[in-house]
Amino acid sequence: MSKSDQHIKTFPKGGVHPNDEKRSANVPISELPPPKMVSIPLSQHIGAPSVPVVDKRDPVKVGQIIAKSKGLVSSNIHSSVSGTVTKIDYVLDSTGYKRQAVIIRVKDDEWEESIDRSETLVKDIALEKDEILKKVAEAGIVGLGGATFPAHIKLNIPRGKKADYLILNGVECEPYLTADHRLMLEKGAEIIIGAKILMKALGVEKCVIGIEINKPDAIANLSELCKEYPGIAVQPLKVQYPQGGEKQLIKAVLNREVPSGGLPIDVGVVVHNVGTSFAVYEAIQKNKPLIERIVTVTGKEVDKPVNLRVRIGTPVQDLILAAGGLPDNTGKIISGGPMMGKALNSLEVPVAKGTSGILLMPEEEAHRKAQQVCIRCGQCVSVCPMGLEPYLLMNECEKEVFERAEKDHILDCIECGSCAFVCPSNRALLDYIRLGKRVVTTMRRERVS
Amino acid sequence: MSPIIIYTVIALTSLGIVAAAILFFVAKKFYVKENPKIDEVEEALPATNCGGCGQPGCRAFAEACVNAEDLSDLFCPVGGNETMQNVAKILGLEVEEREPYIAVVRCNGSFEHRPRTSNYEGAPNCTIAANLYGGETGCTYGCLGLGECVDACDFDAMYMDETTGLPVVIPDKCTACNACVTACPKNIIELRPKGKRDRRIFVSCINEDRGGKRDCEVGCTGCTACEKECKFGAISFIRHLAYIDPEKCRLCRKCVDVCKPGSIHEINFPPKKKKPPKEKVAAKEKQIEKLEAEVENPNVDKLVVEKKNIDVLKKSSGISDDKDE
Repeated sequence: MSKSDQHIKTFPKGGVHPNDEKRSANVPISELPPPKMVSIPLSQHIGAPSVPVVDKRDPVKVGQIIAKSKGLVSSNIHSSVSGTVTKIDYVLDSTGYKRQAVIIRVKDDEWEESIDRSETLVKDIALEKDEILKKVAEAGIVGLGGATFPAHIKLNIPRGKKADYLILNGVECEPYLTADHRLMLEKGAEIIIGAKILMKALGVEKCVIGIEINKPDAIANLSELCKEYPGIAVQPLKVQYPQGGEKQLIKAVLNREVPSGGLPIDVGVVVHNVGTSFAVYEAIQKNKPLIERIVTVTGKEVDKPVNLRVRIGTPVQDLILAAGGLPDNTGKIISGGPMMGKALNSLEVPVAKGTSGILLMPEEEAHRKAQQVCIRCGQCVSVCPMGLEPYLLMNECEKEVFERAEKDHILDCIECGSCAFVCPSNRALLDYIRLGKRVVTTMRRERVS
Repeated sequence: MSPIIIYTVIALTSLGIVAAAILFFVAKKFYVKENPKIDEVEEALPATNCGGCGQPGCRAFAEACVNAEDLSDLFCPVGGNETMQNVAKILGLEVEEREPYIAVVRCNGSFEHRPRTSNYEGAPNCTIAANLYGGETGCTYGCLGLGECVDACDFDAMYMDETTGLPVVIPDKCTACNACVTACPKNIIELRPKGKRDRRIFVSCINEDRGGKRDCEVGCTGCTACEKECKFGAISFIRHLAYIDPEKCRLCRKCVDVCKPGSIHEINFPPKKKKPPKEKVAAKEKQIEKLEAEVENPNVDKLVVEKKNIDVLKKSSGISDDKDE
């Protein structure tokens, strides 16, 4: 690769620079053995919950389908362990509500015979375009970056649109998290074959893998592996949050701007996470559905921050034990990263397809500071990567003038939290903007019907 | 007097007259004909503009009343039957009396009954908290205690009880305008008929999980004891939660007695008498007398046995030995 391609790019508007705190960056991925009980939630993706196809007392094997997708936007769910289904019950998950989950008592570790468990790298892509799409949908693959949007829908390009670029998102701009970083180091070849599969499914010739420059080893590793595959290149990116936001990444890498209310496909791009690419490789070449994922367990006071390969449905407490137990002064447990993650209120919450990390925040950092009045400093405006005016949107939502918030493009907000991060008055900007987004979305839906 | 003042007065007066003339003719020309009854009806309404009737305000409701052929679909919850009678009189229509309603808070998970398991620090707004998670306690259905219903009430009919952390409805002020019901993101508040002599029975819990008691001492467990007890078929179960249909309920209070966690609340009932009905007591007293007479018998072995029996009987019929106290 020539030197000019290697110059560092970034998105032009806003952004913040939190400390990156990548404590587990040098810890290789280790496998967490299956727990005694798993509860596999039936809604781990955006869209309609899946419908269970197993019943109480049914024996299941690893990789067996236990819930089928229902409706257009939905995803299949497979058993991550072997054993017996004890019940289908309502279980507290990372949404903070009790939702349906399949609870399985684990016995042995018996896999479906069709799954190839060997480590050998399969390079040849035998399947055709339609077969790939079908297989990806069957394997229950969703966006593993955190948004958990079913992957097969993104691969199905709507009529009249055309894609010419695939972007693999290896940015991992959230502080603390290193799951994608480790994956790019250890499974780089698989990720690139996964990219090849995705390119074949999309019918595109070019692929760019975007990586922040705080992961030089990953950039070097993938750049080296890319040489074998024409059309795939690595793009180093500046360390700036939210570099990994889909729209920011497209702007940074290709200098294309997704129109307001539009999708990446409107500018001819499809973005997938590197984790998704690896899952696609496993599904197509190894016949393995999405039953496990890499989770970073980390925090300032954590004994040994780790990157674990975890079966979906494992309770969070098992992960914390593997990282040396819960530190004494833990103030908050977050599923995901510190910027966009969600606080958990129970340790029994199961790991889902979208759980990228478990962050244990010490007491002194865990609490919000008292909210004060807005001093109109405009910092939120200058850091907003979408060019919005967060202080204004918050005021509008607080005063319940949602029509005006809609006119001020509240739905363009990507909920990155940069505004709340910089606010010197500790205003709950994102809380109110999220509320407004919800109300405006319902308003729009009502208007259509 | 200086000429400037005179000119000014003349100029302004003539300007005023001209403007008045223009306004007069324009008002005549563009006069909007409106049914005068709308004004009359609006006059009869409480003018709170609360929207409880489903219309955007009292004027809109008045218009709807005037345009309607019968008033069966229209009701002003704030003014109640009296107002609707007046409206009907103005319009020359008939209106049926409706049962008055009142807002009821269906959660009793106070600080005491429902231990906190997490601490919410986000924006003090129920909807925002509800979008984030189930709440500070183990119960994901119950009241969040941030008082959005209190803010929504236009009649000062609600307040947050500091000791319980739950909203309280002031019965005399509540107009059943529905504002709190729509404000609550957890759908805890329900409008129920006020009931005869203000007496109401309702399930003060909306936890649909089986064994709701794990998270809250007074949560409905879904045991269905009340459903079996109710002779009128007024109690039904939605998942694992009892619901009392106010139309079928005859206020017999039997369900209140069988509910072990105490989720079913009775309001404005006189305290229950501990003693069972009179005839039964009389019968038992007779039995006791008979036994006591037998105890007079010098048979010692029997005496022990019978004395025990007397005690048991006394206890079960609620007759106390220390009547003098």
